[in-house]
Amino acid sequence: MKVDTGKIERGEKEKLAKLKQESPKSKLPKDPIKESLKSHKVGLKLDAKIPDGPIENKWTKHKNEIKLVNPANKRLIDIIVVGTGLAGGSAAASLAEMGYNVKAFCFQDSPRRAHSIAAQGGINAAKNYQNDGDSVYRLFYDTVKGGDYRSREANVYRLAEVSTSIIDQCVAQGVPFAREYGGLLDNRSFGGVQVSRTFYAKGQTGQQLLLGAYSAMSRQISKGKITMYNRHEMMDVVIVDGKARGIIAKNLVTGEIERHGAHAVVICSGGYGNVFFLSTNAMGSNSSAAWKIHKKGAFFGNPSFTQIHPTCIPVSGDHQSKLTLMSESLRNDGRIWVPKKKEDARAIATGKLKPVDLAEEDRDYYLERRYPSFGNLVPRDVASRAAKERCDAGFGVNQTGEAVFLDFAAAIERYGTTEAKVKGIENPSKEEVIALGKKVVEAKYGNLFEMYEKITDDNPYETPMKIYPAVHYTMGGIWVDYNLMTTIPGCYACGEANFSDHGANRLGASALMQGLADGYFVLPYTIGDYLADDIRTGEINTDAEEFVEAEKKVKGDLEKLLNIKGNKTVDYFHKKLGKIMWNQCGMSRNREGLIDAMTKIKQLREEFWKNVKIPGELYDMNVELEKASRVADFLELGELMCQDALDRNESAGGHFREEYQTPEGEAMRDDINYTFVSAYEYTGDPGKALLHKEKLKFEAIEVKTRSYK
Amino acid sequence: MNLTLKIWRQKSPEVKGKMETYPVYDVSPDMSFLEMLDVLNEDLVERGEVPIAFDHDCREGICGACSLHINGEPHGPMQRTTTCQLHMRSFKDGDTIFVEPWRAKAFPVIKDLVVDRSAFDRIIQAGGYVSVNTSGNTLDANAIPIPKEDADKAFDAATCIGCGACVASCKNASAMLFVSAKVSQLTLLPQGEVEAGERVQNMVSQMDKEGFGNCSVTGACQVECPKGISLENIARMNREFLKTNLSPGK
Ligand SMILES: Cc1cc2nc3c(=O)[nH]c(=O)nc-3n(C[C@H](O)[C@H](O)[C@H](O)COP(=O)(O)OP(=O)(O)OC[C@H]3O[C@@H](n4cnc5c(N)ncnc54)[C@H](O)[C@@H]3O)c2cc1C
Ligand code: SF4
Ligand code: FES
Repeated sequence: MKVDTGKIERGEKEKLAKLKQESPKSKLPKDPIKESLKSHKVGLKLDAKIPDGPIENKWTKHKNEIKLVNPANKRLIDIIVVGTGLAGGSAAASLAEMGYNVKAFCFQDSPRRAHSIAAQGGINAAKNYQNDGDSVYRLFYDTVKGGDYRSREANVYRLAEVSTSIIDQCVAQGVPFAREYGGLLDNRSFGGVQVSRTFYAKGQTGQQLLLGAYSAMSRQISKGKITMYNRHEMMDVVIVDGKARGIIAKNLVTGEIERHGAHAVVICSGGYGNVFFLSTNAMGSNSSAAWKIHKKGAFFGNPSFTQIHPTCIPVSGDHQSKLTLMSESLRNDGRIWVPKKKEDARAIATGKLKPVDLAEEDRDYYLERRYPSFGNLVPRDVASRAAKERCDAGFGVNQTGEAVFLDFAAAIERYGTTEAKVKGIENPSKEEVIALGKKVVEAKYGNLFEMYEKITDDNPYETPMKIYPAVHYTMGGIWVDYNLMTTIPGCYACGEANFSDHGANRLGASALMQGLADGYFVLPYTIGDYLADDIRTGEINTDAEEFVEAEKKVKGDLEKLLNIKGNKTVDYFHKKLGKIMWNQCGMSRNREGLIDAMTKIKQLREEFWKNVKIPGELYDMNVELEKASRVADFLELGELMCQDALDRNESAGGHFREEYQTPEGEAMRDDINYTFVSAYEYTGDPGKALLHKEKLKFEAIEVKTRSYK
Repeated sequence: MNLTLKIWRQKSPEVKGKMETYPVYDVSPDMSFLEMLDVLNEDLVERGEVPIAFDHDCREGICGACSLHINGEPHGPMQRTTTCQLHMRSFKDGDTIFVEPWRAKAFPVIKDLVVDRSAFDRIIQAGGYVSVNTSGNTLDANAIPIPKEDADKAFDAATCIGCGACVASCKNASAMLFVSAKVSQLTLLPQGEVEAGERVQNMVSQMDKEGFGNCSVTGACQVECPKGISLENIARMNREFLKTNLSPGK
């Protein structure tokens, strides 16, 4: 295997520099947006507050040194937690147990329905139960490398360090993880690593973990330590004397606008994948909480780092409301291919040829061809781009031309043959082998195959699955320091809502780990350091001018939306935005496309504010109005994502700029110029945010090039 | 295909609701039931009418948000399938489809097809947890081996999505299947067994307080449950309940 060949050495540096020179950039005309950006100063200071000392001691040392709030004083302090997914649920429960008064908010009708519930595959932890050489360091290393060296070392190390406690904690709560016959916990492997460290509960790991956090929350709700606000949406953060002191929330049942005060506000509102309209995220997942704090001073980190998951069920028509993930685990046994000849692809797409009838030599197993050593198990970003490349070249296998095959025929035959041997069947017939093989595949992936069939009406045991990449996760998010505090004092961000741990690409089964690490084990400690100064503040006065003003603004914006009374629906705008983002800021990006996208988004936003149509009233359950205020924020965030993608003149992880690729079409990172986190400050114009750079230093890990050839 | 929808419209809890008729045309069999409602709603909005409110989120059959009584059946005609996973190919051209909210005293209608299921949350708050702090300073996860069979059974019970179809399908509007699923999950695991007696007492008493009916074991819930939660759980819960009622000092 030829992975991780060499660190960046002198020769390579020169090569990089040369390629940079040769890149088409120098030949391009001056970019108006870039030029106007130059009038902004690049940000001055951005202190990540990383503790000093060797990486393995940082967290312990930090915990020993930060300020604490004594139990009696915790009772005097209120904390608002927005979101009840793995991050918010675990944070709310832990903070309440410690003695703080918590107010928790979610827009669903119950905290148990947060989007985390949908996670399928599993959660990583460096337990080394399989004794296969796993360790905190290895998990740390895999995560940093998987993130294409664009994450903050100290945070990732801490994540790996606390990962083991997560599993202990969840088991103690009664989370029914999968077990082996001996009664001990079972593990599986996930992409991008060489050990078995993923804990799972069939295909419903997120559900079980979330219900664990929900039960811990429920216990605190019953004690009166958490006040739960279901069907409430945070509409803005309130800042008093430079500190986050509360939120404005909308009661989604009555439409009432409410003021809520607290000494600190924790945002755990999830990712913003729905900016693309179609994604694997739940329908309600949105960016508004994050965007609202951004507009009030929280910097946005790496907004363009989006994960496109290679194995999702393709779009079937205009009516499509969301996309469904087919777990990464399928790539262990499924082989990905398209026909070698375009005419065969067309014949299959139009139903004139059955895929099973296409001869082996007429198939192109393109991942195996391009990446012989990793084959079908290359990381998500690489697999997604390769599928797009084939489909763009005209080899797609469905009507829209945007689908490739994930084929289990070989696996069925292989398993069947083994089973026949195990069962002592001599000279089994082909039918017997296939029947046995199907049983094995069913035991492994039965629920996924069933879900696939329900959606597509195709039987994946008989004909290969059709799959295509889809938006899945956002590595980018609110910038936070080591304490998970945003650039607004007293405002924190946890889980997918922050940018912190996954760099430019997230490894499978690491989002659940991060959400719970942040909520159970990191924030409950670090928040004390800030709140220690608040023990004498007393209750926050929500009659203060700042609250009144913020409430007025929220009401005003909603009324404005209702009064436009145009003639286009909210979804019309959302779909249009999604198309722009997908085509121009999706799996591959280029300079012209991004500049054009920014213009288009600006125009679309203007049109939205002139022409959107929202029936119903303000003081009522008004689903269209809810959607509209979320889409209004997506229409701003989208532009910032493009700005960031345009600014980052390199390809790293999920961010692939066509100008920065090797002659073979592989991503080309630029470590000399781009080893930093982009943190954007809002300036009043979403596409002209002020860029601050947090330089990334790699001390515990040697920076290498990623190769999967 | 073309269909006639008869949908329950109710402006608010206080106002009386009624069935309204909506013809829909050119429905693709590949649409999900909720996507079909999306298209209808788009249409309503374009005409300046208030769209139909219904709960949904994941659209993958896991969050438990979607509900809907479709032609008299919770989650519609397909077994072990939530409304969001139901596709229009389950219907025929020319069909009339009746769509109503869950009907149960403990699940009051909020608007149109949206009901208030917070009673379920309160039942969990009454005891559906293990009283352990989230400090992480607990036993190592592998310190107590759990027989695979028990772990698997606990898992099966734990897959309940809290949708409320069991209540909606029951002529007594009983929440026994939901409650027993949580009780079973925790009782089957050594971590939860410690508080088993107290838990079942508290959860059952909360269930009664919320106005859910009694269980007469008709089994309708098991048939309609999209996750296949089995009646075995109710039997297990009844055993636990009796055990604590009989034990001295309780
Ligand atoms: C289909 C799918 C499968 C996945 N599988 C895996 C996996 O196997 N392993 C893995 O590690 N990761 C997986 N992921 C990723 C992972 O599930 C998510 O990253 C993670 O669950 C996010 O958790 P969270 O707590 O940050 O946010 P979420 O779970 O998204 O919770 C957000 C919360 O914020 C609330 N909220 C949002 N905005 C507001 C507002 N304005 N006001 C009030 N409340 C608000 C919501 O109500 C909700 O409670 C998967 C993701 C998807 C889409
Ligand atoms: S037991 Fe079944 S029907 Fe009842 S709430 Fe749970 S999943 Fe829904
Ligand atoms: S929408 Fe989540 S289960 Fe149907």
